[in-house]
Amino acid sequence: MIPAAFEYARASSVEEAVKLLTKYGEDAKVLAGGHSLIPLMRLRLSQPSALVDINGVKGLDQIKESGGKLHIGALARHVTIHDSKVVKDKLPLLAEVASEVGDNQVRNMGTIGGVIAHADAAGDYPTIALMLDADIVTNKRTIPAKDFFQDIFTTPLAADEVVTEIVFPVADGPHKYIKFRRRLFDWAIVGAAAQKMNGGWRIGLTNVGPTPVRAKAVEDALHKGAKPEEAAQHASDGLNPSGDLRASPEYKKHLARVLTKRAIEQAG
Amino acid sequence: MAVSQMVGAKIHRREDPRLITGHGRYTDDLTRPGLVHMAVVRSPHAHAQIRSLGVEAAKKAPGVLAVYTAADFKDVIGGPATFPVAPVFAPIKLANPPRYPIAKEEVCYQGEPVAVVIAESRAQAADGADLVDVDYETLPAVMEIEAALKAGSPKAHLDQKDNIAWDVTYVPWEATDEAFKGADVVVKERILQQRLSPNPMESRVVMAEFDAYDKRMTMWLSTQNPHWIRLFVAGALGMGEHSLRVISHDVGGGFGSKISPYPEDYLVPASAKLLGRAVKYTETRTEAMQNAYAGRGQIFDVEVAAKKDGTLLGMRCTQMLDAGAYIGTFGAFQTCACLMAGGAYHWQAISSRSVAVLTNKITTDPYRGAGRPEATHVAERMMDLLAVELDMDPVELRRKNFIKKEEFPFTQNFGLTIDSGDYEKAMDKALKIVGYDDLRRKQAEGRKHGKLLGIGLSTWIELCGLGPGAATGPATGGVVLSESAQVKIHPAGGVSIYVGTHNHGQGNDTTHAQIAADALGLPMEQIDIRHGDTNEGPGFGYGTYGSRSLAVGGIAILRSCNKVIDKGKKIAAHLLEAAEEDVVFDQGKFHVKGAPEKSKALGEIAFAAYGQLPEGMEQGLEAVAYFEPPNFVWPFGTHICVVEVDSETGAVDIQKYVAVDDCGNVINPMIVAGQLHGGIAQGIAQALFEEMVYDDETGRLRSATFLEYAMLTANEMPAIQLDSTVTPSPTNDLGVKGIGEAGTIASTAAVINAICDALSPLGIKHVDMPATADRLWKQIQNARPASSNGKEARK
Repeated sequence: MIPAAFEYARASSVEEAVKLLTKYGEDAKVLAGGHSLIPLMRLRLSQPSALVDINGVKGLDQIKESGGKLHIGALARHVTIHDSKVVKDKLPLLAEVASEVGDNQVRNMGTIGGVIAHADAAGDYPTIALMLDADIVTNKRTIPAKDFFQDIFTTPLAADEVVTEIVFPVADGPHKYIKFRRRLFDWAIVGAAAQKMNGGWRIGLTNVGPTPVRAKAVEDALHKGAKPEEAAQHASDGLNPSGDLRASPEYKKHLARVLTKRAIEQAG
Repeated sequence: MAVSQMVGAKIHRREDPRLITGHGRYTDDLTRPGLVHMAVVRSPHAHAQIRSLGVEAAKKAPGVLAVYTAADFKDVIGGPATFPVAPVFAPIKLANPPRYPIAKEEVCYQGEPVAVVIAESRAQAADGADLVDVDYETLPAVMEIEAALKAGSPKAHLDQKDNIAWDVTYVPWEATDEAFKGADVVVKERILQQRLSPNPMESRVVMAEFDAYDKRMTMWLSTQNPHWIRLFVAGALGMGEHSLRVISHDVGGGFGSKISPYPEDYLVPASAKLLGRAVKYTETRTEAMQNAYAGRGQIFDVEVAAKKDGTLLGMRCTQMLDAGAYIGTFGAFQTCACLMAGGAYHWQAISSRSVAVLTNKITTDPYRGAGRPEATHVAERMMDLLAVELDMDPVELRRKNFIKKEEFPFTQNFGLTIDSGDYEKAMDKALKIVGYDDLRRKQAEGRKHGKLLGIGLSTWIELCGLGPGAATGPATGGVVLSESAQVKIHPAGGVSIYVGTHNHGQGNDTTHAQIAADALGLPMEQIDIRHGDTNEGPGFGYGTYGSRSLAVGGIAILRSCNKVIDKGKKIAAHLLEAAEEDVVFDQGKFHVKGAPEKSKALGEIAFAAYGQLPEGMEQGLEAVAYFEPPNFVWPFGTHICVVEVDSETGAVDIQKYVAVDDCGNVINPMIVAGQLHGGIAQGIAQALFEEMVYDDETGRLRSATFLEYAMLTANEMPAIQLDSTVTPSPTNDLGVKGIGEAGTIASTAAVINAICDALSPLGIKHVDMPATADRLWKQIQNARPASSNGKEARK
C-alpha cells in the first residue's frame, strides 16, 4: 500500500504539462483526480517515474454550451457535472451518470478527463461518449469517441498528449442510465444507457467487453419499430464479455438485454 | 441494596468522543525514540520450495538497516511450539504441522513470510522488500476441502502423509439409527459456509522495544488478547512473563481475527532484540485481506429425520472444515457447530462428526460467532427444508419442536445445559412486529403475478460467555476461561478498575463502568476502566471473544467491587463505632442499620483505609476477583427477513428485517442495539456478498481488494427493527448474557431462508452463500423449465 518512489511536478497550464511530460518521458503519468491511478500505484501495479499534476491548470474544469455542443473541461469533477445547470438542461443523461460514479469522495475528486483517458470499459462516461459520438479534444487534436476507445485501457493518446475537453452533442430528450452493481459505490457489473436523440435512440453498454459498446443492433431494431423488449434482445449481439468475480460472461450478456430493455422503458 | 441507577441506562459510549474525533491511541499512532520500520517479504505462491534467497541488493538499498531470514531468527525465536494449537473440542490433531513465524525451506500459503526488511522509514522498508530476490520452485497446492480429502491429492506440506487435521466423531451414526428408522420423511442437504475475510477497520500493527540492560521487552500491538500474546511470545523468546510487557490500548475491531498470535508478533520483538532499535510493523490492507486468519470455510452434509406431523426425530451432521495451512491456535473451536447443530429444538438423537483438512491457504480461526453461525445455519435451513417437504408452515414446525420455557435448564443432546429460554415468546413477538399473517397473504397474492416475495425465519440460540472451567480447561489445554478484575480505590476516592477483558469496539469502557458505578454507589466519572496492559491489574486476563466481556468479565468487576465494599464495612464499623454486621452500604454510603443520618461516604472510608486502622487490619482499599462461570450463557431470539428477488436479474432486495433478541438483563440498551446492528450487517454480508475466492491454478487470492471482496456498506443495509424479550440468565449475578456475536449468528439463516422461500414457487429448495444475483439468476434459469409443475416434482 506504499507506492514506489516517483517524481512529482505541478503544471499551471496545458503547455507546461506537455513540457513536463516531454521531459519525464514515456513512464510519466498525468495526475487529475487520481482515483484510478493512485490505487494502482499503491498496489505497485502502476509505477510511473513521474506524476504531472494538472489540478492547478486554470479553466480546465469549465462547462459550457457553445455552437450547439456541450463542452466539458477535462478537469470537471463528477460532482460539478452532476450539479451543473447547463448539463442538466442540455444533456441530463450525463448529469445522471455523474451522480452514479463511485461514492461521495470519488465524485468530489474524480474528473471526466481522467475517466476518459483511463479508458476502463467499466467506466461510465466512455459509454456515453461513444454512444453519443462525442469528441475527445487534446492539446494536439480532436479524436472522435469511436476512434478513441481502442482496447482495454488503450487509447490513441501519445505520451505528451493531454485531454483538455470532451464535446458532447446536446440531447435533452428521454434518457436513462441503469448501473447494475453489488454495492452502491461499485463499478458497474453491466450498465445500460438509452438516449432519445434526433428522432432515434442511442443505446450504450458499460463493462461488456474491452471497450464501451454502442448497441447499434438495438438502435436499428427500435428504428424499425420493434418494441423495447424485442429490440433489447439484440443488446448482446456480438458481445463476448469476460467473466470476473462479480459476474459470468453469460450473466453479463443477459444483463445487457434486461438492462437495455429497462433503460428504454424507463427513459423519461 | 443499592437502587440501580446506571445498569439498564441507555447512555452513549463514553469512549466514543475520543475515538470518533481521531484521538484514539491505536498502535500505529504510537512511536518510540529511534523507531524503525519493518516490511515483510511474503510468498506469492500457495505452495513452493525456496531455492534461494538473495538479500544483498535489499541490504544496500537506501535506509535499509537489516534483512533477516529464518536463519537470523533461529537463536532468538524458540522451537516448533511457537504457535500453540489448543485442543478446544477436537482434542486429537492428526496432521498438525509445526509452525515457525518465518519460512525456512517450504512456503505453504500465499503471504507466508520469507524475509523481513527493516529500514529507517516505512517507504524505504517497502522499497527494500521489493529488492529481495527469492527463487521459488512451485509445488502442487491443495485448495479445496474435498480435494484435500482425496487420497492421491497434493499435500499442504510436503512431509505430511495426508491432509487430515482432525477427524472427531462426537456421537456415532449408530446412535441415530433408531430415529431414522422411525421416520416418515428424511431431508438431506449440503450446506456451504464460504471463507470470509474478517476485515476489522484497523489492520494489525506491532511495535516492540527491547531494553538490553534490564532485559525487558515492551510490545504494543493490535490484539484482542494481550495476556495470551504475552504467554506465547515470552515463551518463544525465552523470556519470563515478568520481562515482557504487552500493551494493547485502542484496537479498531477484531471479530476474532486478533485472538491468536501472528508471525509478526514474534518477528517484530525478535528484530528489536537483534537490531537494538524499536521496530514497528504496520500491516497493509492487502496483507490483511490475504493473511488475517479467515472465518468459516466449511461444508456441512446434513440429514434430518422427522414424523409426518413434524415431530423431529434425528439429525446426522458432518462438518468438513478447511483449517488452512496450519491449524489455528483456537481454530478447533469452530467444531462447536457440531454440538450446536440441533438448535432450539427437541431431538430424539443427533450424530455428528467434524473432519478438518489442511490446505494451502491462510489459517481459519474463530470469526464472529465461530461455529455458532454455522450451527444456526444448519439447524434453521434444515427446519425450512423440512417444512417444505411436509408442506407445513415453518413457524408451526418450529413451535412444535421448541424446547419449552418450563423445561429449562435443559440438557441437550451433547450434554450441554441450556440455562434458560423462552423461544416461543421471542418468536411470537417477532411475528407480530413483522405482520406475519399479512405478509403470507401478500406473498400468495404476489405469486399470482410472478412476484418472488420471501419470508425467512431464524429462531437462533447461542452458547457464549466462555466459559465454564469444566468445558474450557480441557479445551485450551489447561487454562480455564475465567475472568479477572482488580479494583483500587485511591485515598481521595478515585477508582481505577483493571479488567482482563479487552475493549476493541464492544463499549466495555461504558458498560463496565455502569456496573461498577452501581456496585460502588459512585458516579461513572469517578471510575476509570483500564484494559490492555499486562503490567497493570491482575496476573492474567483472558481477553475478549466469545461474547464474554460482560457475562464473565462484568461479574469479576462486580465481585471485586463487592470485596472492596466488604472491607469498607469493616473500616466503617470502626469509624462508626458499631459492629461490622450492623453496617449497611447503600448508594455509596455506609451507615448503621436503621440510622442512615449518620453515614460515612465511600470516599471517606477510602481515605481512612490508608490511615491508622485497628489492629489486624491492613491498609488499602483494593481487591482482585476472578470469576469462573458455572455454565455458558444462552441468549436466543427470532430474526425475520423479508426479501423480494428480481426474477429477471436475480437481485435480492431486503424489504424488512425484524430481530427480537433476548440477552437477559441489559446493562445498556444502546450498546446492545449497536452490537446487533453490526452483527446483522456481517451476517447479511455473508449471505449476499462476501467470499474469499482463490485462483484454482495458482492458489492466489483473487478477492484481495475491497473492489472484489464485497464488504457490505451502509448503503446496502436495510432498516432493522429491533425488539427484545428479557429472560435473565441464572448463570451469573447480573442475569446477563452475551450479545456481541448474536447478530452474526442469527442473520445468515434468516436471509437465506427468505430467499429460498421467495424462490420456492420455482421448485428451488436451497441456495448457497453468497446468494449473488448471478448465482440466483442461474438457479432461476435452471429451475424454469420445471417450474410449471415444480410443486409436483418435489413430492
